[in-house]
Amino acid sequence: MNNPNIENIIEIEGLNTWYGDKQILSDISLNVVHKEIMVIMGHSGSGKSTLLRHMIGLNKPASGSIKLLDQEITSLDRKELHKLRRRIGVAFQNGALFSSMSLQENVELPLREHTKLDENTIRIMSRLKLELMNLSDSESLMPAELSGGMLKRAGLARAVVMDPDVLFFDEPTAGLDPVTSAELDDLILQLRDALNMTIVVVTHDLDSAFKIADRITVLDNGRQIITGSKEMIRNFPDPRIVNMLERKAMDELVDADDYLDKLTRK
Amino acid sequence: MNTYKIKSLSVIENQLIRLGIAGLFLLETFRTIILPPYSLKPLIKQIAFIGARSMLVIIVAGLFVGMVIALQFYDTLLRFGSISLLGSAVGLSLIRELGPVITALMVIGRAGSAMCAEIGIMRVDNQIDALECMAIDPYRYLFSPRILAGIICVPILTAIFILVGIFGGYFVGVILFGVSPGSFFQGMSDTILNRDILMCFSKSIVFGLLIVWIACDKGFNLHLDKHGAYGSEGVSRITTESVVISSMAILFSDYLLSALIL
Repeated sequence: MNNPNIENIIEIEGLNTWYGDKQILSDISLNVVHKEIMVIMGHSGSGKSTLLRHMIGLNKPASGSIKLLDQEITSLDRKELHKLRRRIGVAFQNGALFSSMSLQENVELPLREHTKLDENTIRIMSRLKLELMNLSDSESLMPAELSGGMLKRAGLARAVVMDPDVLFFDEPTAGLDPVTSAELDDLILQLRDALNMTIVVVTHDLDSAFKIADRITVLDNGRQIITGSKEMIRNFPDPRIVNMLERKAMDELVDADDYLDKLTRK
Repeated sequence: MNTYKIKSLSVIENQLIRLGIAGLFLLETFRTIILPPYSLKPLIKQIAFIGARSMLVIIVAGLFVGMVIALQFYDTLLRFGSISLLGSAVGLSLIRELGPVITALMVIGRAGSAMCAEIGIMRVDNQIDALECMAIDPYRYLFSPRILAGIICVPILTAIFILVGIFGGYFVGVILFGVSPGSFFQGMSDTILNRDILMCFSKSIVFGLLIVWIACDKGFNLHLDKHGAYGSEGVSRITTESVVISSMAILFSDYLLSALIL
């Protein structure tokens, strides 16, 4: 940690965002503390990935404040944003590896771009991270030759190669079999414990969320239902949470006229 | 009537905004070209991609274009009894127009479309977001070597095209039809002025810039295009658009530059 005194690694206040005339996130406020694993949950289209993109400054909000490592990310210019981003790691859902580079070259890229380390050190550091992700035998493979789980782990290796203070992980277990999912969950816990990282995970996988989270934020249609510990979530009386935990679809009351209008609308 | 007016205005507005974004894209890329740090390796890789790997196509195209214009001019000049002008006709048409334009069109087909699709897929696959998140400037990392390579390679490819074209013209005119080699080359060196070479050179630099600019901007700003799909269909659409727009831009700027220099 460069700034061990910061307790709140991420602080979001009153975040609102729109795509055209549709509100995607409304009035989100949450904080993530040092060495915490915060899981953002919600079903598809609930705005969780959009929230993640706002946290790393890829999207700008319509209103609200987002502080990442004590810096207001919404008012940073390009150069300051890049400086701040050197202290974070982001693992994308599909790995987002560069298809023209081998696995090892992908993982080495941030080191080559941002450090003046010699060739041997770069190689050792990248191998260390690949070893951590159980990928040391596949370092010379191209991304097209990897399986879904390997791509995610490789993306994770690249995200943590600079030893970031904060790691963001978008859908670590989406599209993976239960065993590989469990392996990735263990890896995330290991990263927090071994490398002292603060981790934000976006997922819709209940088992994974309850296994790794210290606290969970649940979003529904862009609204924040609750942020709290696993126990709080389990005991929260809101029917949307209860249905989510019981994996049931919401029963919505449908107005006959509205429904007809929806079907016949041009 | 009113609705139509408002609608057409907003389309124009949208196009103007898009043009502004493309302008800012180029400006930002030039900023990263001028300011350090500089790295040679990505530039060499792009020169290999745009230049070296287009060489064969350019040589074949140049040879046949040179041969066919010699054939056509031979037939035309024969009617006027001015066969001695064959060399200058072949040389001038290659240097002033056909060389830069056909080379540019070949580079669009071979490298521009591939570049646009590659960047578009990087955008769709979040690879460009990943670059941003790794604090790697995509303008510096992806676009400045490509733009520079375009400006360097297209003039060189044009020169090769013209050289091979003149050889093709020589083959048809001198070897097949028996025009005297002396009058072929003498006519050429008498009529081609420095201004023609300047025109050829400036055209090919502008074309090189246009091809890479349009291809990279289309791919990079794929997500801004609100019509149509984002995924693979989006990539195929922007690739087609980039080829069409850059071909049009080449032909339009060709006229503009010819009018300016002549």
